[in-house]
This record gives sequence, structure tokens and C-alpha cells, in this order.
Amino acid sequence: MASAITPVLELTGIHKEFPGVKALNDAGLRLYPGEVHTLMGQNGAGKSTLIKVLTGVHAPDRGRMVLLGHEISPQSTLEAQELGISTVYQEVNLCPNLSVAENIFIGRYPRKWGMVDWRGMREQARKLLLDLEVDIDVASPLSRYPLAIQQMVAISRALNISSRVLILDEPTSSLDEAEVQLLFRVLRRLREQGMAILFVTHFLDQTYAISDRITVMRNGEREGEYAASELSRLALVNKMIGAAADAAPPGAAGASAPAAHAQTAIAASKTGTAPAQGELALDVDGDAANKQPGGTAASGEAAPVLLRARGLARRGVLQPVDIDVREGEVLGLAGLLGSGRTELARLLFGADRADGGSVRIGEHEGIFLTPREAIGSGIGFCSEDRKLEGAVLSLSVRENLILALQARTGMLRAIPLKRQQELAEEYVKALGIKTASIETPIGSLSGGNQQKVLLARWLATSPKLMILDEPTRGIDVRAKQEIMDYVTALCRKGMSILFISSELPEVLRCSDRMVIMRDRAACGEYARGQLDEESVLQVIAGEAA
Amino acid sequence: MNTRSLAAPAATFTPGFIMNHPLFKPMAALMALLLVDLIFIPGFFSLEVKEGHLYGAVIDIINRAAPLMLAALGMTVVIATRGIDISVGAQVALSGTVACMLIADNTSMPVALAAAMGAALLCGAWNGLLVAALKLQPIVATLILMVAGRGLAQLLTDGQIITVYYKQYFFIGSGYLLGLPFALYIVAAVFAVVALMMKKTALGLFIQSVGINPVAARLAGLRTATLIFFTYVFCAACAGVAGLMISSNIKSADANNAGLLLELDAILAVTLGGTSLAGGKFSLAGSVIGALIIQTLTYTIYSLGVPPEVNMVVKSLVVFAVCLSQSAEFKNLWKRRK
Repeated sequence: MASAITPVLELTGIHKEFPGVKALNDAGLRLYPGEVHTLMGQNGAGKSTLIKVLTGVHAPDRGRMVLLGHEISPQSTLEAQELGISTVYQEVNLCPNLSVAENIFIGRYPRKWGMVDWRGMREQARKLLLDLEVDIDVASPLSRYPLAIQQMVAISRALNISSRVLILDEPTSSLDEAEVQLLFRVLRRLREQGMAILFVTHFLDQTYAISDRITVMRNGEREGEYAASELSRLALVNKMIGAAADAAPPGAAGASAPAAHAQTAIAASKTGTAPAQGELALDVDGDAANKQPGGTAASGEAAPVLLRARGLARRGVLQPVDIDVREGEVLGLAGLLGSGRTELARLLFGADRADGGSVRIGEHEGIFLTPREAIGSGIGFCSEDRKLEGAVLSLSVRENLILALQARTGMLRAIPLKRQQELAEEYVKALGIKTASIETPIGSLSGGNQQKVLLARWLATSPKLMILDEPTRGIDVRAKQEIMDYVTALCRKGMSILFISSELPEVLRCSDRMVIMRDRAACGEYARGQLDEESVLQVIAGEAA
Repeated sequence: MNTRSLAAPAATFTPGFIMNHPLFKPMAALMALLLVDLIFIPGFFSLEVKEGHLYGAVIDIINRAAPLMLAALGMTVVIATRGIDISVGAQVALSGTVACMLIADNTSMPVALAAAMGAALLCGAWNGLLVAALKLQPIVATLILMVAGRGLAQLLTDGQIITVYYKQYFFIGSGYLLGLPFALYIVAAVFAVVALMMKKTALGLFIQSVGINPVAARLAGLRTATLIFFTYVFCAACAGVAGLMISSNIKSADANNAGLLLELDAILAVTLGGTSLAGGKFSLAGSVIGALIIQTLTYTIYSLGVPPEVNMVVKSLVVFAVCLSQSAEFKNLWKRRK
């Protein structure tokens, strides 16, 4: 729409390297006045880093940023805001106890004779919010209002007279549908006023509802810039994931290099031969029995249902989901980040409390109120956030490894030290955990080895169902392969697995069946061989397969 | 309880092993203080037997440190779960008051003791509920009882000091058993029971896990809230016994001053003992040593004839020095200077 006009902000050739990671590699971005521009990309594609460079949080190693014809290099968010780049962050970082007006003017209260001009402040705040079509009592504490209104307040705080660019970093992740509409109305209004809006989101529906243009990032690079009307959902998802739905050979199309390498390695270890390129995608011609780990599911007749969830939901987090996990199968859970994969897993495990639905597993019927209950029913849960939700850092490998088992046995019945050592040694050997000794603090192990210890923590409880949420994220290729090999081997012995991963080829390869999620709801369940990578992408993108 | 240090073979008494032992610093501090006493206070280590009781400065210090040791034991467990309890002093005042009032009222001693302990346990349950169930910040949650507990004790006594005369009751705080102060046996018994629990059950592992990573602990199936609740109950129980000791020792209930600021000394003792206020790894023995350091320091200051006004300042200097020795930042600065 606006290509004839000069861009208000242009970033070119931005490089940023953190120790060991190339976060941005020749990234770029162009924003025109009066447009909503969506920045999309998988987790780790470099969106956040790009925004942090733009707002002065990180200094780029190389690259040019031009705002209104002048080269800029903001050193702080404050400086960026003074230059006219305003940002609203994902977490609303306002003060809930202060009034709406105070929140808008915090740090820059209007003054009159050296005193804060409270009345003037309220009047201005009211006017600013009315501009956004929000009519509320600005003297009331912010916490009284729903999140959407708080977002508006954050926006009106971010905006000032000189604002030319407004950055919204995942503003909708905690809003419900009506609230999103409210936010969009405001964004459209700002767009009419000539503001350039950069919108970061994971939600496809929202992207198409509001965007004029879309920039896709992948592996720290700008994959491309497109007019929203000319980019189909499928094409968008393809470009984000970098998969090969457009008939190019999968390896060449450039799923990230290490991932491709891992696939090759695993495929090789399974078949014993070097895989042809086509094998990286799902084996469509039904020759499942060879690669199929869950023997029962492969034999044609369905294995009995181990876990049955009906209408499992949590307001603002997950729409009601029905899901069955059969004995001895790997059920893959695919979808983009924010599609509700992790949320579903957490509700199943009782890590978050569902406000509707029920879960049946073994004797248990009803939702799990605590992880402890779920563990008691034979569920294990390897969280996606190893540091925050998994490892107890200064405790030893042994102590970390037996923690869940000990919790299950009960505090008073301590597992004898000797038995603990045996268990730890056993798993260290079985999983190939590289550690100086079982008494080494887990914090001094590498990410992949920590992950193995955490996996062992659950395996030690002999779960019937193991939920693996991104078990291979952020770990090296070898560890990735070893973990997946071990897990699939366990499946053969009758354990069921709910497998969540952002790497679609990994899900396709490992799963007996898969459930695809989109926009916080399950939108399809497919048997192995029913879908190839392309049709999965179509379902993820919301275009009928 | 540092299970690793327990498991370490005792045979490896290399300098490195000793220096790196978690109890090295508190022990060294205590030894240094005792060395000062040995040089400057004549007859510090001399013991004599009078009427079958051991007397001497060392015995006196240990005896006087008994309530603090108890409070520090309770505090250690709370701090290990990332918590803190600043109502310990108020609990001491309350339990002492309840016991003395009932005894002054001619209630039988077991009933009086049970009532006092009951009051303390209620305090602990209250704190535990606020922290574990309502998820209030521990310092704020226990601040409520810090004010209310002492206030309640003052209400019960009308602000008066209640003196009692009941020989059996005095035994708790100033009695002797087999030549040693009875209070010492109480501390030893509590310490032994708790240390045994840590060793024989998974309590130590659970407390550390909750203190280091509460989210991971919950996901691993621990009853984190229940565990935290009971640490506050245990801490209050320790404070309750300490309250009995103190009131029995001074033969009265002083709602205004009994146990005043004891919580701060207890926190100090825990810190001196090498337990981090950030939670996680903890050392019961360290806290006991910490309490002894504090009491020895007080004794030393008085014995050296330093005016009492200076006491607080000197104490703070020692604390400052110990805290510096635990600061990683300071260590880095020190290394860079070299």
C-alpha cells in the first residue's frame, strides 16, 4: 500500500552475536507510515533480538538503522522513545496499584509551580485515552480494569507527540477474543493517523486480521517481506518453518542446519543406512511397521486408550480439547508456538488447573489438581523450561534424578543411599549422561546432559504416560538423537508418550498419531501416514487440507 | 543439611578438604573468639564443680545460648525454604506468658506447658497458612504476628511482669542434670531429632529442592505448600520451647522484653553458620555454631570491660566482617586487588 512513500524506519544488515549464538545475521526491516506490519518467525528466529536492537536494549554488532532519513543508534529504551520509537512489551509492565492517569504519566508527571499538576494530568490522560476510544475513569487504580484496557493504557503511555513508530511485542497473548478486537480497533485508528505499527505475534488469524505487510524471520535472517494480501497462510507457515512444501527437496530448503543434521543422523541410526533425502519427510506409503516403535498401534487394530481427556479447558488459555492417548503409542502434538500445545500438556499434568473437562487414566477420573496427583496416576512431565521448571541446580545429579521417585515414595520412606546411587549410575550409563560423577551438581552439566538427567528423573518413576514438551530444545545434535532413540525404545516396551516439538519433521517421524493445534484449540487428529509435511502445514496454517 | 559433606569420607583430612568444608568458616570464627578469650580473660576455660554442678564461663555461655540455638534451628529450616520468620521473639514472649500465667494460677505444670506449646504451634500454623496457602511474602506475613503476638502477650499480662515461684518450672531454664544445664539437653534432643530426620528421611532433600527451585519441586510431585507450612510450625515450636526456657530462667513472664529481637539474632546465627538467605543448602550444625559465636561475642565484650553501650557496635562489626567473608562480590574485588 505504501511502497511509494519513503519508509519511516529502515533497518539493514543488522548483525548481532551473543557468545556462541548468531542471533541476527544480516537482518532487516522496513516500516512505512500508516501501516500495521507484522513480524513473524519461530521461537529463536531473532524477533525479540531485532526488537531489542531497535529499542536500544542491545547494540548491534553491525548494521544501519535509519529513522526519517537520519541514522540512529539508540543506547537505551528511553533514548529510543525520545527518538519516536515506542514499545509495548508482552508483559504489561505497569503499576497495578497506581491510577490509570499516574500510569500513563509515570516518570514524567506534568508540573505546575514545581508541584505535580494532578488535575491537568487526569485531563490529559483522559484525552489520550479518548483518542484511542477508551472512555474510563482515569483516577481509578489500573488493576480494576481488564487486561485489554491495561494494554491500551500501556499504549497511550508509550505514545507521545513525537511517536512515529509503535512496537507491540505479543500484546495479545493473554487477551480473549473480544479484548483482541478492542485492541485492533485502536490499532486501526492509530494507523489512520499515520503511525507505523510493528506487531509481533504468533497467532495467524490475528496476523491476517490486522496486517498490511508481513516480515518473516528465520534463523536470524530476514526471510522476506510480503504484502499480507499476497501471502497465503500456507506460504507464510512454510516460510516460518522453512519446510519444503513447495516441492523443493527438504534438506535443501533449509530447515535449520543442525536440525537437518539431526534428522539425518536419527534416520540413519534407525534404518542402518544413509537415508535418501525423501525419507526425511514422513513415510507416506504406509510402510509403518518398520519404523513404527509402538508395536500395538502398528499392528492395525487400535491399542486400548490409556488416557482420555474430554473438554479440557482453561479460560483464556485453552479452548475445550478432547484427546486420547493409547497404550504404547507416541502421540505427537504439533502446532506453532502459542497454539496451546504446552498449555494442554500442563492441564493434563495438573501443573495448571483446568476449569473444565475431565481426564481419565487408570482409576482416576476428573481433572488433576496438582502434579502430585498426576504422578500418582502414572504421568511424567518433562517441562520445556529446563532451568526454571526442571533442574534443581545446586543439587547433585543423583538427588535430581531420584527427586520425583522419592516424592512418590513419600518423605518418610527415604530411598536408601545405596539404591539411589545404583539408580543414578544405571541411568547415567543407559542415557550416556556425561558427568564427572553422580554427586556433581546438575548445574555444571551441559544442557543436553541436564535434560537427560531430568528425563531419567521421570523414567525412574516408571510412568505409563510420559509428556515430553520440547525435550530436544536448545541441546546439541548428539544428545537430541540419544534422547529420542531412548524414548522411542521405551515406547516399544509399552510406555505411551505425548510428544511436543516445534520441529515438525521430528514430530512427523516419531509419532504414531498426531494432534494438530491452532489458536489455542485442537483442530485435527491424524493417524500416521495420513498426513505429509505439506498437509500438516496446511492444517497448522488453517487452510483445509 | 549438607548431605554431600556427610557422605564425604572422613579419611581425607587434607587442608583443601577442611578449608572447603561448609563448617570451616563458622568454626574458624568461633575458634578465633575463643582464642581472644583464652588470652585476655583469665580463667576463661577453667571449670569447677560446685554441689555436683559444672560451673565456668564456657558452661555459662552454652547455657545462655540455649534459647538462641533453638530459635536458630527453627529459623534454619524456614530460611532453607526461601522463607523467614520475624515473629520468633513474639512467639517466645507469648509462650512464656501463657506458661507463667497458668502456673501463677496454680494450674498443673504439664497443662501449663502444653498450653504454652499449643499457643506457639498456633502461631506457627498461622504463619504457615499465610505463607504457604495465601502465598504472602514471608517477611510481611510474619510481621503480622511479630506485632500481634507480643501485643497479645501484653494484653494477657496487662503489661505487667508476672513472677512465678514454682521450683519444677525453674528446672527447664536453670536446672542441672548430671552436672550439666538441663537446657542443654533440650537443645541436644531437638538437634538430634531434626538431624536424624534429615538423615533418615527425605526431608532434607525436599527442603533443599523447595528452597532452590520451588517450581521444579512442585512439578516433581512434592507437596511444597505442606512442607513450607510445617517449617513455620517447627520454627514456632522451637520458639515456644525457647520461650519456656527464658521465662523459667528469669522466673517470670516479661511480655515487653522476653525474646525481644531474638529473631534477628536467630537469622544472624543462621547466616553465620553458612546458610544462605536465598534458600536451598542449609546447615543445622552451622546455625548452632552461629548461635554460640553470638553468645561468646556478647560474653567476651562484657568480660573485657567494654562498656555495654559499645556492645551493639562491636557486634555489628563482627557481623559485617563475617558477611563480607561470604560475599562473592567482595571476594572478586579482593582477588582483583591482588
